Amino acid sequence: MRAVDAVMECLKAEGVDVVFGYPGGANLPTYDAFVDAGIHHVLVRHEAGGGHAAAGYAKATGKVGVALGTSGPGATNLVTPIMDAMMDSVPVVFLTGQVRTELLGTDGFQEADILGITMPAVKHSWMIQHPLEIPRVIHEAFHVARTGRPGPVVVDIPMDLSRADIPYEPVTDVRLPGYQPTTEGNVKQIRQAAKALAAARRPVIYAGGGVISAGAAEELTEFATSDRFPVTCTLNGLGGFPAPHEQWLGMLGMHGTRAANYAMDEADLICAIGARFDDRITGKLSEFAPRAKFIHIDIDPAEISKNVPAHIPIVGDAKNVLTKLVNEYRAVGADPARLEEWWQRIHEWQERHPLRYDDSEDGEIKPQRVVEALYEVTGGDAIVSTDVGQHQMWAAQYFHFDKPRKWLTSGGLGTMGFGLPAAMGAQVGCKDETVICITGDGSVQMNMQEMATCAQEGIPIKVFILNNGYLGMVRQWQQLFWDRRYSHVDMGQYPDFVKLAEAYGGSGIRIESKDKLIDGIRQALDTPGPVLVDVRVTREENVYPMIAPGAAARDMVG
Amino acid sequence: MGEPGTKELLSLEELEASGMARSGRKHVLSILVENKPGVLTRIAGLFARRGFNIDTLTVGPTDDEHISRVTLTVDGALHPIDQVTKQLHKLVNVLKIRDLEPDDTVARELALFKIAVDGPQRAEVLQICEIFRGNVVDVTRRAIIIEITGSTDKIEAFEGMVRPFGLIEMMRTGEIAISRGRSET
Repeated sequence: MRAVDAVMECLKAEGVDVVFGYPGGANLPTYDAFVDAGIHHVLVRHEAGGGHAAAGYAKATGKVGVALGTSGPGATNLVTPIMDAMMDSVPVVFLTGQVRTELLGTDGFQEADILGITMPAVKHSWMIQHPLEIPRVIHEAFHVARTGRPGPVVVDIPMDLSRADIPYEPVTDVRLPGYQPTTEGNVKQIRQAAKALAAARRPVIYAGGGVISAGAAEELTEFATSDRFPVTCTLNGLGGFPAPHEQWLGMLGMHGTRAANYAMDEADLICAIGARFDDRITGKLSEFAPRAKFIHIDIDPAEISKNVPAHIPIVGDAKNVLTKLVNEYRAVGADPARLEEWWQRIHEWQERHPLRYDDSEDGEIKPQRVVEALYEVTGGDAIVSTDVGQHQMWAAQYFHFDKPRKWLTSGGLGTMGFGLPAAMGAQVGCKDETVICITGDGSVQMNMQEMATCAQEGIPIKVFILNNGYLGMVRQWQQLFWDRRYSHVDMGQYPDFVKLAEAYGGSGIRIESKDKLIDGIRQALDTPGPVLVDVRVTREENVYPMIAPGAAARDMVG
Repeated sequence: MGEPGTKELLSLEELEASGMARSGRKHVLSILVENKPGVLTRIAGLFARRGFNIDTLTVGPTDDEHISRVTLTVDGALHPIDQVTKQLHKLVNVLKIRDLEPDDTVARELALFKIAVDGPQRAEVLQICEIFRGNVVDVTRRAIIIEITGSTDKIEAFEGMVRPFGLIEMMRTGEIAISRGRSET
């Protein structure tokens, strides 16, 4: 069997039903194998679009995404999606073509040392040295991507090796002696955590993307509601706890709610689950949660005590640990009445500082209103992807997620251009769901070309551009922290998104006044195929509240 | 937008002060790795990303041909070293890491010194060599090469002794280290 046909067999054995890719010289053999393989291949228009689509697919379905590119520029175009998947712990297998082995190291045509380039951006990577390794390596790649703390892996296959004739035998087990993730969680530590929680007077549960990766949303809810623990989630944790909910504080961090940030600030015990104390969460580290002790549950030991020292570290899979923690906690038997005072304090914050914005008095559309309207019209029953910037924060604030895997955003790397292809990938994986991309006029143009893919494949994503003609978040920072010296943030009204959508073979809708908003959204959702909606919003609107850069959470502004 | 995102000027002193503080403690890390291409790059890359300078690095085979041992010494504050070892553990090809305690470790390094010797100095250099239990491995009319094995301290002491005679060149392997007692390193 040709090695590339063995690759296809391996993909099928791993349950791969779709790959996102782009052909070229060095992966011609692989593309020849696709002709007969019976695997759905989506021909993207740029490898970066394919990489983000695979990530969107993985985030929405919980399965491993697969993206392909050829050697050289095909591979380097994948670097951003690889790093993005690394930062947000998304399981994606990237298969790159490589020049034939005799050309390696000679600056051959379309040669790039993609293993070297991506080394700090992958969970692991392999370059095939011998064709006989191929089946084993493909399975190892899926295993590493999927298990432990998920992440991206790269398999680089030189063209001559992919054409080799090899005997194919299915690989049934993967042996990686240096890779043994700890998943169970130490029972003694869990018991100690239960005791600490029972003794806490001002506890907060701070949950991150690890809860989603571990499929532990139900366990988190059960744990949180086993008492009256207040819950906040990171940007990537949204959907890990059903919002709205009486124990829900909203998102925390730079643009989180005051209730969530103040609760962290005054907490005596913070239980972090699958979260990594990113600088967008902590603000000024030395003044972060000064009164708190920390329980830190994470599958990655390197996250524990990285930024904030943990008093009770628990290394393990969130699902396993939370299941045990609930049992231990019930066995300890705490009195919920002890949290009464804490909840009074929290309710005060919630009443005094709800998320709010001033709606316009005329027909002008406030961007926050667009997100609220999308939530109303869909009833929250949609998968929502975003790009990066103001629209992303408004989407996180004003759309509410009651289930995991409905929210796809680039949190760690903050990649503009993620949203549209991620929505595309999610829609391919979840055919019956409504998939919406909330984006900005800046971000959407970074992977706009995938509209063509959506049109060709009939992928009916609905893209809502909160169009303010600005690179809004940069403009906001220039306004607030750089004396309003606007430097290269005005995008004007280019291009004409409605015409562009039509040119791509999709539909375009423009909404320019508030009274047309709901109808416009309905019309977009009812239109078959991909739709781009150009919503003209207030030009200079800021995201609030905000922890200013380098400030402490209690000093939130706006 | 990286912090500080505000427009205040940052003085160079402030920037330097915010850099990682270094403790004097030398760490000898003994790392067992799978003998596969790229492993060393992955390890070195991790140290570079954390802003660590690797002082010495040796790589060699073990009694198992599929496994190599990397011994490296770094100078680092205790906390960041902990971060680096945790990150090293995440490398799929890394099998085992030990941060060796100096008191429980035998560490050795090999060094070659090429020393200029003219006439009467030769005897004196040879005498020092004998005290340090070095071996003379090459002698020519104007130079002598001495091989020294020992701890880093010993090699540095020898260097101090012979430098005044005219040290032409010196080469050191970097330390290898093995734990004392019955248990494996």
